[in-house]
Parts: sequence; C-alpha cells; structure tokens
Amino acid sequence: MAYLNLSRRTFLQGTAAGLVAAGSSSHLAQAAGVTIGIVYVGPRDDFGWNQAHAVAVKALKTLPGIKAVEEENVPETDACAKSMESMVNLDGAQIILGTSFGYFDPFMVDLAKKYAKVEFRHAAPLWDASKHPKNLGSYFGYLNQAHYIDGVAAGLCTKSNKLGFVAAKPIASVLSNINSFMLGAKKTNPNAVVQVIFTGDWSLPVREAEATNALVDAGCDVITCHVDAPKVVIETAEKRGVKTCGHNASQAPLAPKGFITGAEYKWETIYKGYAADLAEGKKLPNMTSGGYETDMVRNSPFGAGATEKARNAATAAMADLKAKKPIYVGPLKDNKGNVVIAKTYDNLDPFLDQMNYLLEGVVGSIT
Amino acid sequence: MVDVAEPMLASRGSPSREWQSDFIVRVRSSAEYIVIPLFALAVSGLLFSLFLLALGKSPLTFFELVNRGGFGTAFSIQNTLQRSAPLILTALAVAIPARIGLVMIGGEGALVIGGFASAAIAIPLVVAKVPPFLTWIVMVAAGAAVGAVWVGIAGFLRYARGVNETISSLLLTYIGIAVMNFFVEGSLRDLTNPNKPSTMPIGDNYMVGKIPGTDVHWGLAVGLLLAVLLHFLMSRTTFGFAVRVSGGNPRAALAQGLPVGKLIVSCCLIAGACAGLAGFFEVAAIQGRANASLVAGYGFTGILVSFLARHNPLAIIPVAIMFGGIVASGGLVQRRMDLPDATVLVLQGLTFVVLLVSETLYGRFKIFQVQGAADRT
Repeated sequence: MAYLNLSRRTFLQGTAAGLVAAGSSSHLAQAAGVTIGIVYVGPRDDFGWNQAHAVAVKALKTLPGIKAVEEENVPETDACAKSMESMVNLDGAQIILGTSFGYFDPFMVDLAKKYAKVEFRHAAPLWDASKHPKNLGSYFGYLNQAHYIDGVAAGLCTKSNKLGFVAAKPIASVLSNINSFMLGAKKTNPNAVVQVIFTGDWSLPVREAEATNALVDAGCDVITCHVDAPKVVIETAEKRGVKTCGHNASQAPLAPKGFITGAEYKWETIYKGYAADLAEGKKLPNMTSGGYETDMVRNSPFGAGATEKARNAATAAMADLKAKKPIYVGPLKDNKGNVVIAKTYDNLDPFLDQMNYLLEGVVGSIT
Repeated sequence: MVDVAEPMLASRGSPSREWQSDFIVRVRSSAEYIVIPLFALAVSGLLFSLFLLALGKSPLTFFELVNRGGFGTAFSIQNTLQRSAPLILTALAVAIPARIGLVMIGGEGALVIGGFASAAIAIPLVVAKVPPFLTWIVMVAAGAAVGAVWVGIAGFLRYARGVNETISSLLLTYIGIAVMNFFVEGSLRDLTNPNKPSTMPIGDNYMVGKIPGTDVHWGLAVGLLLAVLLHFLMSRTTFGFAVRVSGGNPRAALAQGLPVGKLIVSCCLIAGACAGLAGFFEVAAIQGRANASLVAGYGFTGILVSFLARHNPLAIIPVAIMFGGIVASGGLVQRRMDLPDATVLVLQGLTFVVLLVSETLYGRFKIFQVQGAADRT
C-alpha cells in the first residue's frame, strides 16, 4: 500500500525525475510510443506462416510502450506498398515489417528510399548492403533446423520407414526443409526414406489433400509439409490415422492423436530485439538471421504421436543444434547419384541457401 | 442506356417549349440512373451498419475511417486512385462484351497473360538496349494483342460454336495463369531469384513512371481516357449502335444484315485489349517483371465494378474510384477497429446484392417516367 502514501514532496520528486528522464533521452521518450506496422499476405489465423508472425506480434504487444498495427490479406502488388505507406502516414509507424517474400522488391526497396526515417524489415534473406538502402533490412529463421528435429523424431515414430512430405514449389527454401527432414530421419532411422509430392503452388488445398492421401496410400505413416497453410495436410493425415509433423506454426490442435512435433519460427525473438533496440535508441540490425543457436526457430511441444524415444532423441538433437553441430555432413549425393555437397557445411552457410537438388534418401523429382 | 440521339422525337410543340420539355425529359429520365444507385448505396450502407452494430462496433467510426483512409488526405486520395487504376481497365473488359449481351468474366486471365506477354517481349529489347519508349510501344502492343486474343477466343467460341462465354472465359483465365506459371517457372525464369519464380526484371530505366506531381502511375490516365473513348464508341457511333442492337436481339440483328459474329469478336478483342493493357501496367509500372503477383484478382473485382456501373464505360470511373477507396481504407479499418480483412468484403458483397436488387426498381417510379422517354433505351 506504499503507493497510497503519496505526499506532495514525493509526487514532485517523481514528476521531476520523469521530466528529467524525458528531457535527457529523446529516444526513450520516443520508445514510449513505438508504433510497429506489420503486413501479412494471408489471414492471421491460417495455422501457418502468417499465424507464426501474428503470434509473435501478439507477444510484442504485451511489451510496455509498443503499439502494433496489423493488416492481413495484403497481396504482393502495389497494395502492399500502399498499406505500408498508410501505416507510416496515418498511424505514425516507425518500423514496418513486411512478412511476405514478394513485398521486398520493388515495393519495400522503393518505400525505404522514400521514407528515410522509417525502418523497414522484411522476412526473407534479400537485403544486400551494396544495393539496398540502410533503413531496410532482412530477418529470417533457418526453419530447416526445426524440420531436421521433426525428422529426428519422425524417424523413431514410423513403422513403415516411409515418411511423406507435401511441398509447394521446388525452390531453395523448400528443398532445404525436405533435405533436412530426411537427414534428421536418417540419423535416428537409417532405413527411413522421404517421399515428396510437389503441389505446384503455395496454397492449393484440394491438391494438398490429394497429395496427402496419395502419400498415405503409398505407405507413408508420418506426413509433414511445406505449404503456406498446413491445416489441410495435417487434418487429412489425422483423419487417415497417420502421424504428422507440423510446419510454420503449431498445428497441434488439429491432430490430437497423431501430432509428433512441428517446425516453428520464433519470430518474437527478432521482433522483441527490434523493439528493445528502438527503446535504447540503437540502430536496428540490417540482417538478423539464425536458427536454434540464436533461438529463432523452435519445435512445437510434443504431441500424442511422439514416442518416448523420439522425444528424447529430438531433445538431444536440439541441444546439438544449439551447439552449432552441422546437419549437412559431406560428402552427400543427390537422388540421382551426383555428389552435390562435397564437404561439411556450417548450418548457416550461404552455400546451403542455393539448394536446387533433393538428396539421396528423398524419393521425388524437382522437375 | 441514356441515349439522346434523337431529341426531336421527344415532344412536338412550340420551339421553346420543345426545348424545355426535352431538357426536362432528359434530366428526369437520366436522374433515374443516378438516384436509384445512390439509394441502393445508402441502403447497403445502412445494412452494413446493422452488421457492424451486431459485432459491437460503431458504424460512425467505420465510415469516418473509410473517409479518412480512402479520401480524407492527399495520400489517401492517391492511394485510392492507384488502386482504382487497374479496376477501370478490367471493368471495361467486362462492360464492352456486356453491351453485346455477353457475360464475359475472363478479364483476370487476359490481364495475366497480357502482362506476361509484355514482360516476356521486353526481355530481348532490354538486353539489346532498345530505347524505353520504343520498348513500351512493343510491350503495349504485345500485352493488348495477347489479352485481346485471350478474350477473343471466348467470343469466337460463343459465336461459332455456341460455347457459353462465361464458362469458357473463366476457364481460359486458369489456362492463362497456368501458361504464365509454366514459362515463369521454366524457360523464362530469372535464375538469380531462387525463391520467387519471375521473369527477368526490366530494370528501373524501363519502368513507366508516375503521373507527374502524383504517386499514381500512368495506368490511371490511360484507363480514364479509354473509358471516355469507349463510351463515345458505344453511344455515338454506328459500331456502338450495331453492338447494342445485336445485344438486344441477335436474331433481329442478323435479319437486319448486321455482322453479329464480327461484332461479338470485336467487342471481345477490345475487352481483352483493355485487360491486357492493365497487365502491361502491372508489369511496367509496378512489378517490373511477370510473376504470380499478377494474379491479384483485379480481373474479378472488375466484374463487380462493371455490373455496378451497369456496363456504362463512363459510370465505371466513379464506381472504380469508390471501390479503390473502400479497398484503400480497408487497411485502416482493420488496424483501427480490429476488424478482420473480410469486413470490407462484406460491405462489397452487400453493395453488390443491393444494387442488383435495385435493378428491379427501374421504371417503377412515376417521377422518372416522362412521356417520350419510354422508348429511350
């Protein structure tokens, strides 16, 4: 009840201290009203990519002095530029976070030039110091590490030794997740193979369901995916009675029986970092990236589908990744027999960002 | 619609009375086309307010935010205009075939394939360092021509084979998107962009800039110009007259010796060219390359705009701007009122339904019914 004991003197002291603080550090004063604008390409409750960001923004909003303005379903056209500009002009946003790949070039690049005092950060590794403005930057997580953990657990949860992967497009980030999932599974179960089906686009619910059914029909008893919204894949697999590993956000509620674990981003590490930097008046980093070693990805809490052994192996593997133990131990061959990874690469090595092959152990083709 | 080609027919009397009554006829019969849509807009606004109240949100705040986000500041107005630019062109792609009685909804496909064609043809020209102006001419020609062919196919199938143009144009849209994806993810893919399949960028020098003094690209000016020109074509030329006759009764038109098949295909070619042009601007003014972002739904929103404008090219302009404003303010509404994105869709849907229902009101109010105006179509 000390608060009630407020004499005139303590009140004056307090006010004076407040005034001094406000006067001495304009950054702090500014931080008291930091507005962050976030733009999503899809709905915030998609059980996927957008939800992963929205969860982090929710965490961010609990911090004192932080106001977050959000806009969902913004397409990768000039609509995104206009939404961001509107956040700057009408909401006074000081940081803009663009969370969809296609927002970057040309939209965020142009906006960063136009609004030099606003910080723009984009969720994909595209920022290039030699080409792009200094108030622009990139952040992303190495989700393949979490897919590797999925694989480690899945390898011990399968009986048929066949794991199914429903993937959107054969682009580098997707291939890296498939290959990492396979390497994780091989670590705990050398007989495991990963069978992949590409649907051809980020959000094709009907084809995702078909692909899931096809994989289950082919004997896969663990299914995972890399599509925008894994809801359909996870639900279909659960209905077919097979186990699942998630992607992007936690899909545990969708598969109460078969969920093992899932690869999740931990965007709040990055977002809270930005907020803290702003509060301290520090320049925001232009490039923020990492995986387990910097707490930027995580795995969903184990579900009913995870066996005791799988939980232990996955937990041990997480500790390995935190200690930067490499996933890609060379030499590794692609599934056509060519050596594509000649030596062992560090988990964050840019060489691995350029992946355009499926490794031996993955059944499927990217062409 | 409001055709005033033959004012002399309106009344017979003394010259001054003739003029006066003719003027009143014109005003009163045109007023119907303004008063009824405005009334419908008001009703949909009212219904939407009830919807907001049911959600526990204030309709007043909503409309204030729509005003602020869509029209209230210089930035908002430009935001609105920028968003309406593609809608004018894609709405024209629906309106022109509608005049000849076709429900053509393939504007999206024509936009995508037209935009892709202009991006694809630009690549060798950019590599060969052809001056931007010449490159744009070639790009426009390619985009408009390919878009025209795309809708033209649906028109031709309608005339020659009796294929339902609504279905065929919709299906052609998916084919168009697939063709673009095939090339963008295959032979024309820019390999320096490993994570988003796109064609090679045309580069800053080859981008069509903004209208000077504004933040809005030239697609808006071209859209406005085309809307006016096409209005003239449809209401003041023999071509437009023949189109309307054929739209009213194709058999009678054939009996009159009108080349209905050619008219149908011409309308579809014009429509496709408009949508293809919208695709060109998406590439040359916004994206700088062709990729899946071209599939942004402008073609489908254009259908809505055209229907609301009763397929009148001039009316498309304010309707497109109204839509642009609603979409532009949608973001602010989401942010300030914590409403989901779909709220704006509810408003659009309500507006559409109420306006369609209001179609039944035409000709029911005596005040608009003036003798001599009845035969004005």
